[in-house]
Amino acid sequence: MSAISGTKLEHGGLFFSGVGINMNIIMQLLLARVTFRFSCQVRYFHIQQKKLAVELTRIRYPNLKRGPYANICDADISNFGKLLPGKGRVITDVTELEGYNTDWLKTCRGSSQVVLRPKTTEEVSALLCYCNDRRLAVVPQGGNTGLVGGSVPVFDEVIISTELMNNIISLDEVSGILVCQAGCILANLDSYLKDHNFTMPLDLGAKGSCHIGGNLATNAGGVRLLRYGSLHGSILGLEVVQANGEVIDCLSTLRKDNTGYDLKQLFIGSEGTLGIITKAAILCPQKPNAVYVAFLGCDSFNRVLDVFQKSKHMLGEILSAFEFMDSASMDVIRNNLKMPNPIADFPFYILIETSGSQGGHDEEKLNTFLETMLSSQLVKDGTVATDMSKIEALWSVRERMAEGLMHDGYCYKYDVSLPLMKFYNLVEDMRHHLGNRVTRVVGYGHVGDGNLHLNITTPAYSHEIMDLIEPYVYDWVAHHHGSISAEHGLGFKKKQFIYHSKTKSAVRLMQAIKKVMDPNGILNPYKTIPDAS
Amino acid sequence: MSALRVLVGCKRVIDYAVKVRVKPDKTGVVTDGVKHSMNPFDEIAMEEAIRMKEKKLASEIIVVSCGPSQCQETLRTALAMGGDRAIHVQVEGKEYEGLQPFHVSKIFAKIAQEEKVDLVVLGKQAIDDDCNQTGQMTAAILDWPQATFASKVEIDSGSLKVTREIDGGLENIKVKLPAVVTTDLRLNEPRYATLPNIMKAKKKPLTVKKPSDYAVDISPRQEVLSVEDPPVREAGQKVESVEQLVQKLRDAGLVA
Repeated sequence: MSAISGTKLEHGGLFFSGVGINMNIIMQLLLARVTFRFSCQVRYFHIQQKKLAVELTRIRYPNLKRGPYANICDADISNFGKLLPGKGRVITDVTELEGYNTDWLKTCRGSSQVVLRPKTTEEVSALLCYCNDRRLAVVPQGGNTGLVGGSVPVFDEVIISTELMNNIISLDEVSGILVCQAGCILANLDSYLKDHNFTMPLDLGAKGSCHIGGNLATNAGGVRLLRYGSLHGSILGLEVVQANGEVIDCLSTLRKDNTGYDLKQLFIGSEGTLGIITKAAILCPQKPNAVYVAFLGCDSFNRVLDVFQKSKHMLGEILSAFEFMDSASMDVIRNNLKMPNPIADFPFYILIETSGSQGGHDEEKLNTFLETMLSSQLVKDGTVATDMSKIEALWSVRERMAEGLMHDGYCYKYDVSLPLMKFYNLVEDMRHHLGNRVTRVVGYGHVGDGNLHLNITTPAYSHEIMDLIEPYVYDWVAHHHGSISAEHGLGFKKKQFIYHSKTKSAVRLMQAIKKVMDPNGILNPYKTIPDAS
Repeated sequence: MSALRVLVGCKRVIDYAVKVRVKPDKTGVVTDGVKHSMNPFDEIAMEEAIRMKEKKLASEIIVVSCGPSQCQETLRTALAMGGDRAIHVQVEGKEYEGLQPFHVSKIFAKIAQEEKVDLVVLGKQAIDDDCNQTGQMTAAILDWPQATFASKVEIDSGSLKVTREIDGGLENIKVKLPAVVTTDLRLNEPRYATLPNIMKAKKKPLTVKKPSDYAVDISPRQEVLSVEDPPVREAGQKVESVEQLVQKLRDAGLVA
């Protein structure tokens, strides 16, 4: 297989004896071109392209060491083929691999040579058993929409994708309990549930691509956490495959089951390092009969907090989302995505969503609330949407932020939990700290949950800018006793900052658990928690 | 030149983001409990009228909707955008199911005459029936010129210069006022109604009328025999090579 031999040269050959040789990237490419001409036509053309793929993670971070894992060989590929019969289940084509190897943010790129696509739990079990015996490192991958480089390989880890595990197994229409495979796309689940008058208990911008397995592995938050709570509460059961291939069936569909340690909680948020989630049982809330969205403009961040307080008081049980954006964020929407500002220009914008069972009641509550906000001048202007299409249009102003930021080039993305009084100070401080060196500094996010999305953009990645930002931003957050990663997780990019938010003894216990559950360390290595040294 | 009095028609239709379902008895689509909103092309018509008013080219905007009581929500939205007065021509239940552009255009024509309107702006078609008839019929009944599929409208002392979207490209015409204009997608981008305007809209006048007030007979002119889903799309087939593709085309008798 020419693609495999091509890479073998890369790993075991002259240029990379051991890892950590920091070669000039141009030299590498030149030399690579010479060797590739003899091996793989496709690869040669690929490197020729001016619009080059993202820099390889192992090159951008040259101090990384590849762990004591085996190297993939032809026999492995052939064995994988036997374990996963049928077409398109073992992907080795270089151009196809690019998408799987690169993260959505285009900041991390691995060099995996194979993507495996199982359809059943049994197949996942067989694959992991094999990889564990062979000491092959594995990266579980769902929709690959993660924002901390947790879903792509760092070196040549085997990618196990849940793409083909997309069956909805059952829905109990009385209790609202949905059982499905881990590869179901969130938007598809929501659409299926809506037909039966239910809704998923979480919602996020990546819904069209993310898999529920990935959402669970990262304990995704999203825009409706305010209303439906965290996944730790909505998940009733999980089926997980351990590193050695053993299947742990905790797929309970019971609302209450206090029999022994609640293992599923360990896997939720474990970012694929303790096991591969294959099925989930989810408690789904009723689909709301009436949804309204208001988009409001405020003079200052303190006004935003005032409105938040009042909204909890006056809208209370019907409040289902409370998001904010600053004017720099609106610039992104306007300039990069060419979408108009729904209202006039203000320093801050709030998006409030209400969901309830009776339209008339909710509209009255919302109207009273909005009249009070306007007359007290807490809110300067705004608009309300009651039509589905207008509601979607208003939501997209907030939900497409991440996409809009990508247009600037490279996005340094931070997701932190902070006490509300200090919330926006971080954004102002970073703006001051970075000055003209960056394109823009924006702040937006789930102010209702105390979760700020701080984003800084530059035309291209720069070590200098990165060094200016990190660890400054994490130190700032730690100083205010916040979390350095509210919902995005640690993945690859934030792993080394775990001590900013967790104590040494806590991390030691995490490492002990990891050792018990994955003695060979094959599950998503180089991620989430530091290695026990 | 004195400012124009404008009539804008707003139809309440099933929201375009909703998945439309055919009723089990095949007599129509499910409308109960389904989200409705203003016809998108009518929003564009409203926006155009409001822009004329902002430029002082229009003096008053009267919005009209024919249908059940829920139409008043649509009218309030139009008033919140910037309309001055609303007229709700109430038609309920079975009668509403039989209401067609033929009837609506007669009602619009009568109102236009009563209110001494100079310009009637309508959406080019409604997204539920796609008829694309009301504007043209209204103009015919009034014997006024019509400028349909407008993507640009300019007022030029007693006439309108309109750019129309047609199959071959764009057509520029000049029509004398009073006239009927129907709006196409690229005419403008409708605004979001601001909160202060939404509050004000509650106090703007909304009169309820009946078709008989305009001496219009709304007995149905057609009978719907059945409404069915389009045939389910069959899965495509993937082929491995050009030779296979040609063979499949040959087997299907599509190539020699």
